Amino acid sequence: MEVFIFYFFATILVVAAVCVVTMRNPVHSALFLVLAFFTASGIWMLLRAEFLAIALVLVYVGAVMVLFLFVVMMLDINLDRVREGFWTYLPLGATIGILIAVEMALAIAGPRSHIGSIPAPADPAANYSNTHELGLVLYTDYLYPFELAAVVLLVAMIAAIALTLRKRKDTKYQKPSDQVKASSTDRVRLVSMPVEKKEG
Amino acid sequence: MKTLYLLVPLAPLAGALIAGFFGRMVGRAGAHWITILSVAISFCGSVAVLLDVMHGNSFNGDAYTWLTSGSASFHVGFLIDRLSAMMMVVVTFVSLMVHIYTIGYMAEDPGYQRFFSYISLFTFSMLMLVMSNNFLQLFFGWEAVGLVSYLLIGFWYTRPTAIFANMKAFLVNRVGDFGFLLGIALILAHTGTLQYDGVFKAFESPELVARTIEILPGSGWLLISVICICLFIGAMGKSAQFPLHVWLPDSMEGPTPISALIHAATMVTAGIFMVSRMSPLFELSQTALSVILVIGAITAFFMALIAVVQYDIKRVVAYSTLSQLGYMTMALGASAYSAAMFHLMTHAFFKAVLFLGAGSVIIAMHHEQDMRKMGGLRKYLPVTYGVVLIGAWANAGLPPFAGFFSKDTIIEALHASATPGAGIAYLAALFGVFIGALYSFRLVFYAFHGKERFGHDAHSHDDGHGETTYAGHGHDAHEGQGHAPHESPLVVTVPLVMLAIPSVGAGWLIGSIVYGDFFGTAVVVSETHPWIEEMGREFPGVWGMMLHALGSLPFWFAIAGVTTAWYAYLYRPEFSGRMRERLSGLVSVLENKYGFDDFNQRFLAGGALRIGGLFSSVGDRILIDGLMVNGTARLVGWFSGLVRGFQSGYVYHYAFSMIIGVFVILSWWLYRINYPS
Amino acid sequence: MLSLSHFLVLGAILFSISVVGIFLNRKNVIILLMAIELMLLAVNINFIAFSYYLNDIAGQVFVFFILTVAAAESAIGLAILVVLFRSLSSINVEDMDGLKG
Repeated sequence: MEVFIFYFFATILVVAAVCVVTMRNPVHSALFLVLAFFTASGIWMLLRAEFLAIALVLVYVGAVMVLFLFVVMMLDINLDRVREGFWTYLPLGATIGILIAVEMALAIAGPRSHIGSIPAPADPAANYSNTHELGLVLYTDYLYPFELAAVVLLVAMIAAIALTLRKRKDTKYQKPSDQVKASSTDRVRLVSMPVEKKEG
Repeated sequence: MKTLYLLVPLAPLAGALIAGFFGRMVGRAGAHWITILSVAISFCGSVAVLLDVMHGNSFNGDAYTWLTSGSASFHVGFLIDRLSAMMMVVVTFVSLMVHIYTIGYMAEDPGYQRFFSYISLFTFSMLMLVMSNNFLQLFFGWEAVGLVSYLLIGFWYTRPTAIFANMKAFLVNRVGDFGFLLGIALILAHTGTLQYDGVFKAFESPELVARTIEILPGSGWLLISVICICLFIGAMGKSAQFPLHVWLPDSMEGPTPISALIHAATMVTAGIFMVSRMSPLFELSQTALSVILVIGAITAFFMALIAVVQYDIKRVVAYSTLSQLGYMTMALGASAYSAAMFHLMTHAFFKAVLFLGAGSVIIAMHHEQDMRKMGGLRKYLPVTYGVVLIGAWANAGLPPFAGFFSKDTIIEALHASATPGAGIAYLAALFGVFIGALYSFRLVFYAFHGKERFGHDAHSHDDGHGETTYAGHGHDAHEGQGHAPHESPLVVTVPLVMLAIPSVGAGWLIGSIVYGDFFGTAVVVSETHPWIEEMGREFPGVWGMMLHALGSLPFWFAIAGVTTAWYAYLYRPEFSGRMRERLSGLVSVLENKYGFDDFNQRFLAGGALRIGGLFSSVGDRILIDGLMVNGTARLVGWFSGLVRGFQSGYVYHYAFSMIIGVFVILSWWLYRINYPS
Repeated sequence: MLSLSHFLVLGAILFSISVVGIFLNRKNVIILLMAIELMLLAVNINFIAFSYYLNDIAGQVFVFFILTVAAAESAIGLAILVVLFRSLSSINVEDMDGLKG
């Protein structure tokens, strides 16, 4: 049963991934990426990582991918230019990709690898909670990295806002500080002019 | 007493520092008062030291430990005995006179304070050299004297010839100093000490005397000979002995007081003094003594010859100095150290007189130095004429003046000496007397007698002999307008007279200084060289010596020289011109100074320049600049050009590079996993 | 029966696909960012697989952090993209050659 589910999800995942990188329209790519994340989340479920699977769906599908879609739709992309020479690098890319895949396969199933001999662990107890376990280490052993990650997120948020924020020149708004600072001498200038003789 | 020893050299140093650093503050008069006072203090101190030493006291001790390195320690110390005390008195006396004289000579010079600072510094350096009790201090005094000499020859630093001359003096002295330093190093290496007494004691051991060293493979030279010859090379540089004499005539570019102080009376005698001081070492090496004899003979004879053809009044005196130094050197070679020191002393006086007299003439002639434009100055400069006549008389070696006694003693010692080379030296000395008398009186007759050649044709000879006349310094508008020369002021004539007195009278001390064992243990004469002692036994007294001289060769040679000078330059002036034409080949050889300058210029200096040029072009420009510096830059440039191709500026190229890099690392990692070495 | 290799091979395939994707979509920054997300996903799959088979929760903690950093990265990446588009009116990587020497 599990094998079937694995292959089911894995097939969809691979097909979705291929579609992500080959789709003509970035919106479609983003949507296929959402699909890929969903299926990956399913595979993580198989690996008893329930918390992360849910987090992946919530954070990625819910936030990051929406952000992607938003940006893609917001920007007016000239697709024809971007797609120019799309397939010219395929031979090189495919070669490199296949070579990397082969090498990783060698690493996994090579003559010296003992990955295949690792047995699947026994099913955990009924009251086992992945979230609970994760929380236990996250708030004890990994407390500082956790805080650090929070700071990273904060910085990223501020950076994203700071980067995209711009003042529009055509909007009108008050500057209270300038108003308060204003003094009478700034407004009125007393000029003493020499008396002019009437000519003629 | 030790305080006094310290005071003697330090007073001029203080004077030099004040005049040098605060010259503007103390002003011109302040500068000369301070320095003269300090040298006067030094002179009085020296006299006091001499009197003390005459009572049989001597001192040998350190004033300050300079540094200790391993087993060798270096001190600043004084060795005060009759040798150094006499030198101190001579140095400070001549220096004092020159200081006073300078007031008159340099009166219009803008570098007045600087000049006083230098000559006081010179006095300090020379005193440190003379009073030293170890080789290192000797060497430092030696170098300091050379430095001041360099500064003073180039005193008028805007003249290219002065700069050339001081560079030449410095470089030639370097050659000598190199030998000197080698000698000192050899002494340190073999005895482990630089104190005089320690070194002399070490060389009492027969083993060290007989020791040989191999400088060239298979040479096996006697250590003592090598040391002595190395030390003598230093003396050759400083005392301007052939072939390192070339700097001295050129040093006449400096102001005349300096020529008198440094290049006649004191600095050039440092070499003579040093060899006398090292007499315990030199006595051990027959070879070194022979070398000294031959070098001295060459210098004495050939340099005197050049003096006969010179027209520059200062250069005549300069070549005469070279010749007289040659006499002293010969005396050293004949183990007649006391005679050498005696001649050193008398020569210091009469040569200072000659130089300062020449300077007085130069002042009177408004800085004209060419004798052909003088003549008949006798009636204008009576005092100067008188003292120069005394100087020339003494220089010629005619009784009863000082030069006679010292020179005659040297010639006698050479005659008696059995050291190899003494025969040649004796002949050179004899003929040197003839030439010495000739050039001395040639100077007198040319400058002070005969027709008055100044004024009306002042510029007629400038083209041929312009090397010492310069527009700019005192060669002003007065000259050439027929103004009569006038006697120099008192500050000039008083020192002249003061120096003339010992030039006359110093000879009478011969009995005590040369034959009376005046120097005691300060100089050592080996038992195999007993000539001075033998002469002392037959010494007939001063009057007897003069009577005896009437029947001896040197006297008649000198008389012949004077007569020749009178005939050729006064009685029949055209005769000298005819002789010049007839002997034009010889004259041109002499005027070219035997081609030494040309040789040095072309081969030594030129060769050094060419080697330097080679190193500069090949070593520096091609190897270091080209290969190393620019080569590195070019390599980096080439490599950058190569790598620049990767930096296309397109982000995806960088991404590809990263991916390929990951692939490569992965491959390597897999290889290591599967095929561990 | 599923083994560790299944998941690792899946990760490897996913990773290779994204590599190829980077080569193909070299001009489109948005798809490049997506390909990077895919790569991170492949890595995460590997981490979680190891965590499960080696019975070590640390792998999942790592995935947690990777997700955080990846979210931050895509947020900033997209922000930069927006700024870039504003000034260049293009997301074509070929137009971004300001670094060219």
